[in-house]
Amino acid sequence: TARKLLQPSREWQNPWAQPGLFPWQKIIFEKQWFYLDNAIGHIYGTTFEVTNGGNLQPKQEVEETTTETKEAGTDNRNIVDDGKSQKLTHDDIKALKDKGIKGQEIVQQLIENSTTFRDKTEFAQDKYIKKKKKKYEAIITIVKPSTRILSTMYYAREPGKINHLRYDTLAQMLTLGNIHAGTKMIVMETCAGLVLGAVMERMGGYGSIIQMYPGGGPVRAATSCFGFPKAFFDNLHEFPLSKVQSLLCGTFSAEPEEIPLLEEESNGLSEEKQQETEEEPAAETTMEMNPAEEQDTMDIGAEEVEFKENKEKENKENVREKQIKQWERRKKLKEAAALLREKDADGLIVASKFHPTPLLLSLLEFVAPSRPFVVYCQYKEPLLDCYTKLRERGGVINLKLSESWLRNYQVLPDRSHPKLTMSGGGGYLLSGITVILEQGRNPEVLKVEEPSSKRCKLQDLPC
Amino acid sequence: MSFVEYGDTIKDGDTAIVFLGHESMFPVKVQHGTVTQTKYGVIRHSTDLIGKKYGSKVTCSKGGWVFILHPTPELWTMNLPHRTQILYSTDISIITMMLELKPGSIVCESGTGSGSLSHALIRTVAPTGHLYTVEFHQQRAEKAREEFREHGVEHLVTVTNQDVCKNGFGVSNIADAVFLDIPSPWEAIGHAKSALKAEGGRICSFSPCIEQVQRTCLAMEEYGFTEINTLEILLRVYNVRTISLQIPDLGKAAEDNSSSGFDSSNPSQQSSPCANLQQGTVQFKSGVPLREVVGHTGYLTFATKSLV
Repeated sequence: TARKLLQPSREWQNPWAQPGLFPWQKIIFEKQWFYLDNAIGHIYGTTFEVTNGGNLQPKQEVEETTTETKEAGTDNRNIVDDGKSQKLTHDDIKALKDKGIKGQEIVQQLIENSTTFRDKTEFAQDKYIKKKKKKYEAIITIVKPSTRILSTMYYAREPGKINHLRYDTLAQMLTLGNIHAGTKMIVMETCAGLVLGAVMERMGGYGSIIQMYPGGGPVRAATSCFGFPKAFFDNLHEFPLSKVQSLLCGTFSAEPEEIPLLEEESNGLSEEKQQETEEEPAAETTMEMNPAEEQDTMDIGAEEVEFKENKEKENKENVREKQIKQWERRKKLKEAAALLREKDADGLIVASKFHPTPLLLSLLEFVAPSRPFVVYCQYKEPLLDCYTKLRERGGVINLKLSESWLRNYQVLPDRSHPKLTMSGGGGYLLSGITVILEQGRNPEVLKVEEPSSKRCKLQDLPC
Repeated sequence: MSFVEYGDTIKDGDTAIVFLGHESMFPVKVQHGTVTQTKYGVIRHSTDLIGKKYGSKVTCSKGGWVFILHPTPELWTMNLPHRTQILYSTDISIITMMLELKPGSIVCESGTGSGSLSHALIRTVAPTGHLYTVEFHQQRAEKAREEFREHGVEHLVTVTNQDVCKNGFGVSNIADAVFLDIPSPWEAIGHAKSALKAEGGRICSFSPCIEQVQRTCLAMEEYGFTEINTLEILLRVYNVRTISLQIPDLGKAAEDNSSSGFDSSNPSQQSSPCANLQQGTVQFKSGVPLREVVGHTGYLTFATKSLV
């Protein structure tokens, strides 16, 4: 069977380093650091031990050595927390580590030097070992990126970058949006490109996507972590939000002066910067960068005299290159505009930090009738407003405001129960289906407006 | 029309969804010369449906109107004829994501039941993937086959009528993912493992009872599955309502000296945009939870087949 092997850049990437990472680069993750060289050639799912020099070593499956003495207490009545049960001091442990003793052995020593370990119940012993192992054993597993991995990771580690969109909420969006191969989807997100990546994964390179973006360019930091083949990006288009109104009223033009000239396309610096300055509007960040880059190019002309001719030539080439890039960008913009103008998108997915109402009211214009749409918002109130405004507008049915509730379980023989903590909220969704919007007054409002009798009832509720 | 490919216009032989309003809808097989009865009157397929665009409003014989929608697995789940308990879209969503399904995935499923999950799986793995679904009840298996044919997805699915606990999935070393919704999933974990690709894959088991989950988890561990994780997901739906609350009359402290506290005579300070001074009420929009909701469907246990 063809096993998938680790490839240096395209197949495997550390989402927290810059996309397009090289194997010899030092990876720093929490308190660990290591190099990836030794991982190349191993199958996904391989577990490695980090050695002292930061090298990865495939972990050998070892039988648990701690099970020799099966001595355990029956309960914790005799265990007193006096902070003296561990005979090894911090310095002792540090000395062990410096000697290059493996994590597994350190844990064993900790157990041997704990005066209370033997009195702990069997369950408490397991828990103790697990905790210490986590602390002292430097073990990493390399997994293949997927929506499951990336969305759970972002939610756990960087929820602010994805507007606190919980992974199960994202799962609902992908299903409610009926995202599948061969469709034409409109995606508007400010979730670092995670939602876009999830949509791309579900479309598998079939169909087309138009990413609507605020500011100077689309953000795809998370998208690049999926390790998609290059072909997936062939049918990915982008269109600036700032041109939506002009496109809708027919005054749109792809004139060059409107487009930021030297902006790097869809990757690299612009994204990283936008990510870091999350509080600032994306537009500002990109604007800040452009003049600086422009300066660089212009400075070239003012180099020393002897190189002048060469430089001029170079400069001309630069200008020409710039023109070609500009022309390509304009062509892409025109293509995206043409795709939108057909007004036959198979769905709309919104997950942004912006108020959803204006986005929905304008972007739904580009969606064909009888197609689903889903809007995510971290807060419920903007979606209440969006719901009301969409009802007034008409052309949508089956509107549903929902939230999902997720609980993890500990499952052990005779000791199964919900985990002690759970997420307090993963955001809200408003979903619906488009229908042909008839001109003039919309009778839909009359039919499905909230029942007046219920309104009276609620009014009477003693609150 | 197909469940994996959108079409614009309603055609003879399509399965369409008739939307009556407010969660009320039903599927209809579009056929020349056929009529469908609704509470708003008759729909004549030849004149009212065929050739019209999906998303059109159709006026019935009594003057009432309905919308005709393109089918999706989600609409199908809400409207399909129940032959068994079914999985709903909330569980289906997390199953699809946690099994890492995408176009091209090979999936094994048992049992087929009413085909609610099957339709969603087929949609996600199309056009290059495949679903092998095993159902031990013969009529249910036949009915599922018939539906897949009608919905234009028969080339993406193989329905087998056998007992998965005894005979497995009928395939080995080809699946990226396995889904189990059977009374004793622990008896099928071995078959699930051999159906999965040699280099590994994902598994999910759905069980309503925690005792089933315990036995399943033990079996998974025994067969070397890792990353075993059990979770439960529920949907909370909110009705959007405009609510008016009366403002209590607390009397007046002193004449004209009423600027402090929450006072109906000072509506400009209130957060609500519409406070009615005369009636002493405040109006606001609220998302009101339903009086009764689904509180439990089943526990979902996910795991990974190890590479070793």
